[in-house]
Amino acid sequence: MPELLLASGPDFPSVSELLPNAPLFHGTVFAINSIILIRLVATALILLIMCVAAARAKVVPGRFQSAVEWVIDFLRSSIVYEFLGEAQGERYTNLIVTLFVSIFLFNFCENIPGANVAADTTIAMPLILAIWSLINYWAAGIRTKGLWKFLKDELLPKGVPWPIYILLVPINLLEIIIIRPFSLTIRLFINMVAGYLLVGLCFAATQWFFFSTGWDLKWIGVFSLLGGFVMTCFEMMVDAIQAYIFSVLTAAYIMLSIPDSSEVGAGDPVKVAKLQAKIGPNKAKSLSKVKG
Amino acid sequence: MLDVTTLAAVTGSVSVIGYGLAAIGPGIGMGMIAGKAIEGTARQPELGGRLMVLMLLGIAFVEVIALLGFVLAFIQ
Repeated sequence: MPELLLASGPDFPSVSELLPNAPLFHGTVFAINSIILIRLVATALILLIMCVAAARAKVVPGRFQSAVEWVIDFLRSSIVYEFLGEAQGERYTNLIVTLFVSIFLFNFCENIPGANVAADTTIAMPLILAIWSLINYWAAGIRTKGLWKFLKDELLPKGVPWPIYILLVPINLLEIIIIRPFSLTIRLFINMVAGYLLVGLCFAATQWFFFSTGWDLKWIGVFSLLGGFVMTCFEMMVDAIQAYIFSVLTAAYIMLSIPDSSEVGAGDPVKVAKLQAKIGPNKAKSLSKVKG
Repeated sequence: MLDVTTLAAVTGSVSVIGYGLAAIGPGIGMGMIAGKAIEGTARQPELGGRLMVLMLLGIAFVEVIALLGFVLAFIQ
């Protein structure tokens, strides 16, 4: 009798819970439900942490300042310098650090009792972040190459026989306008929704097994409770990985937009001289050193 | 005469089966990516960190396909 089992089953979480109908300014554009409230609180928290760290910055850092500096330094050396090089990457450090820190703390809200849902669980926040990433890699390409050269490099890759371009140009155009931001959005958003449903499923099942079943079934609840804890730990890992992937992909897209630094690097004295005139000798030297 | 139509019936959310089918391909792909990354790290342990980043990047691209199946499971 599957219907009977289903009717008396646990109160499983569903996606409709993610759009709760209890807003603060109901009916206006500024309607605030619980997820938007979590978002605002998390933003205030990030601003507080960063402002306090920046305002109290000393030459010899204390424990709190070293922790913040460790995060920023890790992101700068492992993402920005790795993908963009030291000379070109320096200006994007702010972007990458902001993306990582805000996405990580927004995601981490789902493990905080009382919040219980990530601020990225509705599509608006990931969409805004992805559009920001889109604007940044277009701006990077246009700033360094100019619009025409940027589009030519993206749409007409070298070393392809010309009839293939009929197929390649629309695909590449779709890729840089829609597919990249769309996949960034879906990846972050759906990972958070899936995490919310999984953790909710484990704890809903535990509650049902402990309080609504006979003694012959209660022991199963121990396993679902254990599963809930394991899933919470797994979600903490997913939160960090998603934030990392989002920032790495943004850095990679910017890297694909700006001119390849190995092209302008060592070997060609005219280009090195031009580069030195543009960005100064020290940076040009380090640029050619980084990309060998 | 037997009523053939009621021999078997599927109840519940059929779209979840679709998600299960959609997860097969990305599952195989992710396994290959992770396996090759481990293989590469075993051959050259000094490249472990770099391979880890590349593995995560590759998994991120493959993962989107499985996640699209998850999205479609909710669209009735």
